[in-house]
Amino acid sequence: MNTTSLERSKKTGKIVTYAALIIGSVIMVFPFVWMLLTSSKTVSESMQVPPTIFPNTIMLDNFFEAVKSLPFVNMYTNTILMIIFRVVFAVLFSSMAGYAFAKLQFKGKNLLFGIVLMQMMLPSQIFIIPQYQMVAKLGIANSIAALVFPGLVSAFGTFFLRQAYLGIPNEVAEAAFLDGCNQWQTFTKVMFPLTSSSVAALTVFTAVFAYSDLMWPLVVNSDLKMMTLSSGLATLRGQFSTNFPVLMAGSLLAMLPMVILYLFFQKQFIEGIAMTGGK
Amino acid sequence: MHTNKLSRAARIEQNWGWFMVAPTIIGLLVLNVWPFIQTIYASFCEHLGFGHYKFIGLGNYVNMFQNAEFWKATGNTLIFCVLTVPVGIFLSLLVAVMLNAKVKFKGGFRTIFFLPMVCAPAAVTMVWRWIFNADYGVLNQIFGTHVKWITDPNVALISCAIVAIWSSIGYDAVLLLSGLQNISKSYYEAASIDGASKITQFFKITLPMVSPTLFVTMIMRLMASIKVYDLIYMMVEETNPALTNVQSLIYLFYRESFVAGSRGSGSAIAVWTVLIIGIATLFQFWGQKKWVNYEI
Repeated sequence: MNTTSLERSKKTGKIVTYAALIIGSVIMVFPFVWMLLTSSKTVSESMQVPPTIFPNTIMLDNFFEAVKSLPFVNMYTNTILMIIFRVVFAVLFSSMAGYAFAKLQFKGKNLLFGIVLMQMMLPSQIFIIPQYQMVAKLGIANSIAALVFPGLVSAFGTFFLRQAYLGIPNEVAEAAFLDGCNQWQTFTKVMFPLTSSSVAALTVFTAVFAYSDLMWPLVVNSDLKMMTLSSGLATLRGQFSTNFPVLMAGSLLAMLPMVILYLFFQKQFIEGIAMTGGK
Repeated sequence: MHTNKLSRAARIEQNWGWFMVAPTIIGLLVLNVWPFIQTIYASFCEHLGFGHYKFIGLGNYVNMFQNAEFWKATGNTLIFCVLTVPVGIFLSLLVAVMLNAKVKFKGGFRTIFFLPMVCAPAAVTMVWRWIFNADYGVLNQIFGTHVKWITDPNVALISCAIVAIWSSIGYDAVLLLSGLQNISKSYYEAASIDGASKITQFFKITLPMVSPTLFVTMIMRLMASIKVYDLIYMMVEETNPALTNVQSLIYLFYRESFVAGSRGSGSAIAVWTVLIIGIATLFQFWGQKKWVNYEI
């Protein structure tokens, strides 16, 4: 192969790559764009054949309609509170347990870690009926507590942060001991700060997972005022089965906060979720 | 004191260890271990209402295995896996390989492909319902077709698979990309000097070297596909004529347990799903010996 034909084949390769990536990107973005465009159309305009691409007028009526039919303020509040509590519990308890499993010697360690692994391997649906019955028995259905309930502890978080602590050399903890720290101080003052990137990843993962979850909020909180954005949208689907502009406006409202956070913290989101390897 | 097997420091360490795992372990026992046992027990029981159960032996399983809807749901779940896992993983690998090449706006492309991951499936599915709409949906309008994407029993599962693939490509590609970035450039340089074409390089270097990551990604995608629920739930409501041809095992589990309230048979479906996940995992681990390369 002479150099010119090699150059040419390299150039064609480049063009094919860019073309494929651009077509792929268009397919990825199109649904979001279509959502945005439809949300400003009237019902009759949305049903026009052939369809208009751009709405005749820029209007917010569909958003008002969506906010009128669904308590979006409550849904935002519920979702945010659920996420905050789940993240705090997951980070706090998983850090403690992850540290102990990685760095401390105690009787029964392997057996107890087996419980963690078992939970990770089973699908969450196998726990959901008894969990729901507990919530009902405690009388906390239709509350923030009910939304947080299965996320009080995180087997995955424990496993994930244990890996992070295993990556820190033992000498670091030993040095802290020599400086007069006790176990708790070694953990909180020296070791925990060293896992900040893993904690950030766990935070992102827990938040996105809680925000996307549909079955649990649907099961425990049937009161419209106590729904999350996800379960509220499921209700909107039934109410406006053919009014797509309102459905699009509602969906946009539901995903906007997370998308904005994502666009600001892309690196943390992508690396966080890729690092955790999902569940 | 000196007869004690553990030194004072070791005893303190042990107490701290127990103290620090206590919240997590107690939580897991209450929230997961005990519910797991309860679900297995409930699968042998009839639910009398208000959380009261009566032991009926294998009744739920006998009914389940004689129920056509149950077998259909099992079949739907498996077809959904066959539709989503190979195509999804293939496209993700393609995207990952392209992003691993020297391209401009790499970060921008990555951000775009990853976007569906941060959107709740409930919201994302809503726009796909609109795109797929038989009468006014943009898809039929573009192609001048009149396919009932969501209500035709023969098509609806494929539509769900399309949305699932679209949603997961970016995520899987990011995972695969991290595997690709670990491959040393020197392999490719050596291969180029030997005159190996790009395609040969892909099959002889890239694929074997990325196979461990590919395996993990595939397992995760398969697990997620077996457990699929929210996407199909949002796409196909209970009044949709295509429901029985689309509903997955977990969807059937949800309807049985929380809509019909038969928590006994619901539990049996959950146990069955766990068995399928177990079998699928075993198969994958058995099959990986044939193609996953751990030598390097």
